[in-house]
Amino acid sequence: MLLQIAEPGQSARPHQHKLAVGIDLGTTNSLVATVRSGEAHTLADEQNHHLLPSAVRYKADGQVVVGLEAKQQASRDSVNTILSVKRLMGRGIEDVQQLGDQLPYDFNSDGGGMPYIRTVAGDKSPVEVSAEILRVLVERGQASLGGDLVGAVITVPAYFDDAQRQATKDAAKLAGLNVLRLLNEPTAAAVAYGLDQEAEGIFAVYDLGGGTFDISILRLNRGVFEVLATGGDSALGGDDFDHVVAEWIIAEMDNPSLSRDQLRAILDAACDAKQQLTEKDQAEVDLQLGSLSWQGQLTLDHFNQLIQPLVKKTLRACKRALRDASVSVDAVRDVVMVGGSTRVRHVRALVADYFGRAPHIDIDPDRVVAIGAAIQADVLAGNKPGSEMLLLDVIPLSLGLETMGGLVEKIIDRNTVIPVARAQEFTTYKDGQTGMVIHVLQGERELVEHCRSLSRFVLQGIPPMTAGAAKVRVTFQVDADGLLNVSARELTSGVESAIEVKPSYGLSDGEIAGMIKDSFSHAEQDNDARTLREQQVEADRLIDALGAAMDADGERLLSVEDQVSLRQGIDHLNRLNQSDDHKMIAKGIEVLSAASDEFAARRMDDGVRRALAGHSVDEV
Amino acid sequence: MQLEQNFFKLFELVEGYHLDLQQLADRYRLLQKEIHPDRYAHASEREQLRAVQYTAHVNEALNTLKSPLKRAQYLLKLRGRELCPESRTVMEPMFLMQQMEWRERLEGIRHHSDPEAELELLGDDVQLHWQQLIETFTQSLADSSDEQLDRACDTVRKMQFLDKLRREIEQAEDELMDD
Repeated sequence: MLLQIAEPGQSARPHQHKLAVGIDLGTTNSLVATVRSGEAHTLADEQNHHLLPSAVRYKADGQVVVGLEAKQQASRDSVNTILSVKRLMGRGIEDVQQLGDQLPYDFNSDGGGMPYIRTVAGDKSPVEVSAEILRVLVERGQASLGGDLVGAVITVPAYFDDAQRQATKDAAKLAGLNVLRLLNEPTAAAVAYGLDQEAEGIFAVYDLGGGTFDISILRLNRGVFEVLATGGDSALGGDDFDHVVAEWIIAEMDNPSLSRDQLRAILDAACDAKQQLTEKDQAEVDLQLGSLSWQGQLTLDHFNQLIQPLVKKTLRACKRALRDASVSVDAVRDVVMVGGSTRVRHVRALVADYFGRAPHIDIDPDRVVAIGAAIQADVLAGNKPGSEMLLLDVIPLSLGLETMGGLVEKIIDRNTVIPVARAQEFTTYKDGQTGMVIHVLQGERELVEHCRSLSRFVLQGIPPMTAGAAKVRVTFQVDADGLLNVSARELTSGVESAIEVKPSYGLSDGEIAGMIKDSFSHAEQDNDARTLREQQVEADRLIDALGAAMDADGERLLSVEDQVSLRQGIDHLNRLNQSDDHKMIAKGIEVLSAASDEFAARRMDDGVRRALAGHSVDEV
Repeated sequence: MQLEQNFFKLFELVEGYHLDLQQLADRYRLLQKEIHPDRYAHASEREQLRAVQYTAHVNEALNTLKSPLKRAQYLLKLRGRELCPESRTVMEPMFLMQQMEWRERLEGIRHHSDPEAELELLGDDVQLHWQQLIETFTQSLADSSDEQLDRACDTVRKMQFLDKLRREIEQAEDELMDD
């Protein structure tokens, strides 16, 4: 257990427990978990199911079915039942078309690059489909906790790029969910595992899910989880095992032409065979597809042979991550297995062989990520003042800009700790040039065409000068969610342009706002009540936090007058908060935060000074 | 921002090329526990923003000091040599010859009878040369005359070449693995 000591900067007085959840938004299954009485649990639905299959079925009457029922109907209505939507998140129509026959959906390619799925209920973006899954999980959380949630930590594969992360955050926004943090799945697993085992040292988390693979190398030290390197493949998972088995079955059937429903049924049978082989040495396949039928056996040896190239691919990523972390295989104390696909015996065997030790498989690979997310959500919601836990994560892929000749200049290297900000100066290459294209890319390769294009914008209004005279500073900022912001500024004139990086095939803020409005249009009055409630919570948060800070450091860091005036400010906001005028409350929050800004800054600087007190240069 | 701007002072470390990396890692953790945005998740937006800025600064400091090349470049920057003048980039013929030889070896790796072993040998050669450069660099830096600083700049430029070469060797390793 971690020690509970009240630290400066955190409220030590009894406070209201805030309802926050951790959500594992998985390719195959999703989960919601929370911390109650100090213990993290996953939450079940009314039928006592914890796993929610990530399946969404759209019906002609506009009804949306999510979960087990939708999954069971998939092979009867494959076109309108979206499975594994996570594989489509943040992807452009070209990426999706590359997946080819694997997906039994119709795509509308007129969506400006965004792959809209044609259903009987209209075109649906992957973000909307994911939002449906999130809504069900949020409802489950609220029902079992008995109140509104202050927010959620949502997990994403560590190897997700900026577009995929942004899409996930957009889905939460659409579902009306406040995101406390996007947390990398292996890091979440490490939290659940590390806190449980009181582990210290270097650990590898091998996370093979339904559609994604991550490997993270972490150093655990007194509650600090420091990711040293991460790697993986955001399009490799158990689904691919099903596909190679299905391909084998289809070949054995002499390649008949198949309907989409039949293809879905074969994939289901392949998945079933894979699951049988986690315990048996031979799987029976019995397919009845209307006029077509097929029976056969798949031996464990043959299955292992089929998936071998895929598993080998994950081991190469492990090798690279270890190298990036400057850690040898021998220095790894433990290997933690996460994700349903690590139940496959051949995966366990090859991982054990590579790391030279048996991996940890005693934790439930399905639930551990949601549990870790719930623990982080509890801390971020402010329920664990004085918690020693801290997660330091990295970006998985390098970020850069296009330069002359279609080359990519890296601004931030992969495996850099976030949050991070970095600026680089560029110049014009033509006389009188007044605009500059800023093309933002993510990836490791040197050529633009081999990297993922995140966004492109133009800095205009540069005063005409001779080539090389203008100085344009481009600043990259990556926040703690791993999301990128880019701004560009011409230094002599001060002309500025900033964008939140939104991939060309993502949803614009306007589109999201429109969708949110649509979903609320039938409940206009709810909207006002909701805003009021949000402002009141925000005001309470500020009052609590400032009050606690004053109690701890007010006398030490503030003059008597400042103390009195801040106390009055708190009282004033308290009174405003009793009213039902959300605009007045919002204004009051703004005034008090501005007034307490200097105090907050002093406390932070004071904290920095004290952190290293006793570690002076002379001592060395 | 009131945070200490000098990265060495920020971590209360003695300014110099040789660092106790363990000490750096420990102090980094202590600072992060104080300023990381997660510590301010329930604070006001302004405080959250400040936490992000402070943390980004501390992370930049860590990145700079952790990397041997960046640390050397930063030490020169502290001595007013942010950009080593281009005119000084004329490389000694010996070094250029060595460069060409290494690059030829790297390009021929695919046709080698044992590419992995050859890559490792090449990596070892480069590492040995790197150690020599570090020694030259620290000697030059100890004497802060203009002449010695110029020499230190030259050495850092060579280190940049070697660093690039090392990355290319790593990439070649990746490509071999992917075959």
